[in-house]
Amino acid sequence: MKKLYFVSALLIIASMVLTACGGGTPATEAPVATEPAMVYKVGMVTDLGGIDDKSFNATAYAGVQQAIDELGVSGKYLESTQQSDYAKNIQQFVDEDTNLIVTVGFLLGVDTAVAAKANPETKFAIVDYSYPDCFGEGFVEGQTCGSASELPNVLGLTFDIDQAGFLAGYAAAASSKTGKVATWGGINIPPVTSFMVGFEYGVNYYNTQKGANVEVLGWDTAASDGSFIGNFESLDDGRSITESLVQEGADVVMPVAGPAGLGGAAYCKETASCWVVGVDTDWTVSASEYSDVVLTSVLKNMNVAVFETAKSIVDGTFAGGVYSGTLANNGVGLAPVAGASDELKAELETIKAGIIDGSIATNP
Amino acid sequence: MSKTASSKETKEKKETAPTGIGGGSIRDALLVPTLAVITGLIIGGIVMLVSGSNPIQAYGALFAGSFGSPSAILSGLQAYFATGDNTLLIKSIYPFTESLVTATPYIFAGLAAAIGFRAGLFNIGAEGQFFIGALCSAFIGYSIKDLPMIIHLPLALLGGALGGAIWGMIPGYLKARFGAHEVVNTIMMNWIAFRLSDWLLKGPMQASNFRPVTPNVFASAELPRFFEAPLRFNLGFFLALLAAYLVYWFLFKTTLGFEVRSVGANPDAAKYAGMNIIKNFVLVMSLSGALAGLAGTAQVLGVDHWVGQGFSAGYGFDAIALALLGKSHPVGVVLSALLFGFLRSGATNMQSVAGIPIDIISIIQGLVIVFIAAPAIIRWFYRIKSLKIDEQTVLTRGWGK
Repeated sequence: MKKLYFVSALLIIASMVLTACGGGTPATEAPVATEPAMVYKVGMVTDLGGIDDKSFNATAYAGVQQAIDELGVSGKYLESTQQSDYAKNIQQFVDEDTNLIVTVGFLLGVDTAVAAKANPETKFAIVDYSYPDCFGEGFVEGQTCGSASELPNVLGLTFDIDQAGFLAGYAAAASSKTGKVATWGGINIPPVTSFMVGFEYGVNYYNTQKGANVEVLGWDTAASDGSFIGNFESLDDGRSITESLVQEGADVVMPVAGPAGLGGAAYCKETASCWVVGVDTDWTVSASEYSDVVLTSVLKNMNVAVFETAKSIVDGTFAGGVYSGTLANNGVGLAPVAGASDELKAELETIKAGIIDGSIATNP
Repeated sequence: MSKTASSKETKEKKETAPTGIGGGSIRDALLVPTLAVITGLIIGGIVMLVSGSNPIQAYGALFAGSFGSPSAILSGLQAYFATGDNTLLIKSIYPFTESLVTATPYIFAGLAAAIGFRAGLFNIGAEGQFFIGALCSAFIGYSIKDLPMIIHLPLALLGGALGGAIWGMIPGYLKARFGAHEVVNTIMMNWIAFRLSDWLLKGPMQASNFRPVTPNVFASAELPRFFEAPLRFNLGFFLALLAAYLVYWFLFKTTLGFEVRSVGANPDAAKYAGMNIIKNFVLVMSLSGALAGLAGTAQVLGVDHWVGQGFSAGYGFDAIALALLGKSHPVGVVLSALLFGFLRSGATNMQSVAGIPIDIISIIQGLVIVFIAAPAIIRWFYRIKSLKIDEQTVLTRGWGK
C-alpha cells in the first residue's frame, strides 16, 4: 500500500518536472514573437523598497507606465530584495535586449556603472543619482569615474529639489502661527539635505520680504547639520523627533525621511498640533489618511524624468550625462497648499518665476 | 536524524530495507520533504491561477531561470567546441551558476541554525551574526592594502567567522552562565547588530562619497570567480560544501559532537554523564555564529564586494526554515539550501518573463515550511502511514535550562 503511494508521488513529481520543462519553451519564445514589431523595451529595477513603496519606485514606475500608454513601448519592472539582486536584475534585462534600463536609487550606482560599461549598446538611466562614481569596480578616482564621457550610455536623473523646498519653506512660514517651523531628516546625505536647504532659504526669504522673524528648527545650512534619526524606516523615531520639535514650538514640520516621515504625520494627526509637509510624492494622495494635516508636499517628479528619458529613446535623441529636474521642466514642484489665501498663491507663483529666471537663489 | 535514532531505525527495518544509512530511512527522510515541496508548488500554482496568471508559463520561466535552458547550453557547447568562442556557453550556464551563488549563503546560514538545533539551542540571531560577519570581513578586505591573496583572503574569511562567533558567543554565555534564554538574547543581539551596522555604514566604515556603504574590498580579499563577468560563481560555494562536511564530521564523528548532540537530546542526562553543559552551550553558539558570519562573509567577498544597507534578504531567518527542512542534518541543509537558492534565483526570470510578483516565491517557501513543520498534513493528504519510529528531531528545549 505504502509503495503504491510512493509510486504515485513519483508520478506526480515526474509530471511536474515535465510540465516545467514543457512550459520552458513557450515562455522563452514568447518575447521573440513580438520582436518584429520593433517595440522599444523599458525595464526598471527597483531598490529594496519594492514597487509599491508609494515613493521612489512607485513614482518612477508611473513614468514607465506613462511611456507604455503614450509611446507604445513595452515596460516592466524587477523587484530587488537584497543587494546582490541589483546586478542580477540588470543582467536579466540586458539578456532580454532591453533598450532602456532604469535603475532606482544611489545604491544601484555601482552595478549600473559596471553593467553600462559592459553593455555600451544598452541605455541606462539611474534615478536620483549622477556620476562621476568613483566607487565601482575598476574605476579610479580622478581618472575613470564613470563620467559622461566614460559612460555615454548612462543618464543620471537628478532633481534640484531645493527649488521646490524653497516654495515649501515660504508656504510653511506664511502658514505658521507660532513663528517656528521645523524640518528633520533620515540621514545627513545630500539627497536629503537639499530639501532642508531649500526649506530654510524659503523661510529666510519670507522673513526678508515680510519683515517677519520665523525660525527654522532642525536644520542649519551654515553648520550643515540638523536633526536626523539615522534611518528611513522607523516610524517611532519619526514620531518622537516630531514631538520634540513641536514641543519646542514648531507648528509646521517637514520630515525628509521616506516612510519614517509618516510617523511625524501620525503625531500631527493625533495631537492636531502641527501641519506636516510631505516629500517626494503628494501625500494627500499617497498617504491620504493624513491628508487633513498635510500642508503641502515637495514633489520630486521622478515619473516626469523617467518618461522624458523613455521619450528620448523612442525619438532617438538619448544622450548620457545628467538630467536635472527643475521647476522649469516640471521635474520638481509643489503640491497645492492647504487653506492658502489667494495672496499666498500669487506670491508662490511670483517666487516660482523668480527661481526659474534665476533671480532668487535657493541654495548657497 | 541523529545517529542513534537512525541506527535503531535501521535495525527495526532490517527485513524491508538494506542495512546502513541508505534504504528505508533515506526514502522516509526524503518522502515528506519532497511531497511538501511539490504540494507547495501546486498550491503556489493555484494562487497564481486565482490571481490571473498562467502557472505553467510561470513555472517554465522559473525552471529556465534557475537551471537555464538545456537547448541553449547544448548550442553553447557546440559553439564552444566548433569555434572556441565561449560567449554563448557562458550565457547559457549563467542561470545555473547564479542559482548556486544564491544558494551559498543559504548553506552557511542553514548550517548555523542546524548546529544550534542539534544542541537544543534556538539561534534566531543568525541575521545579526550575518551582518557582523559581513562587516568584519569587509573591513579587513578594504582596510589592509598590498597583501598577497594567500594571506588576505583567509584573513578576511577568518575575521568574518570570528565576528559572527563573538556575536553568537555572547548569548551562549548568557544562557550558560545566567540561564537567560537564547531566543530573547539573540533577538536583542540582532537589533544591536542592525543599528551598529547603520552607524558603521554612515560613520567609520563609510566610503568616501555620501552613500552609506563601505568601500570595495581589494581584489586580494575577493573569493576567486571561476568565469568571466557577468557570472558570479565563486569559491564560496565550495567553501560552503566544505563547511557542511566539517559540520557533519564534527557532529557525528567527534566526541565533542557527540556531547553536543547529547546535550541537545537530554541536558539532564548529559550533565549526569559528566558533560559540561556550559562549555557546550558556549561552544555551539560560537560555532553557529561563526557559520552565520561566514554566510555574510561569503556574500561580501564572493558576490557584492561591498556592504550597504539592506545587505541581507533575511538569510538569518530563512536559516531556521532551512534547518527545519533539512532536519538539522548537514546533507539535508545543503539540499534545502539548494532548493531555496534555485527558487529564489529562478524567480527573477519568472518575474520578468511571466510577470509574477517575486513574493510568490515567499508563499511557496512558506507553504513548504508549514508542511515540513506539520508533516501530519502531508501524511494525511497523501495517505502515508506514519513511521513507527518518531522521526522528529529535537529542536529546542524551551524555557529554562
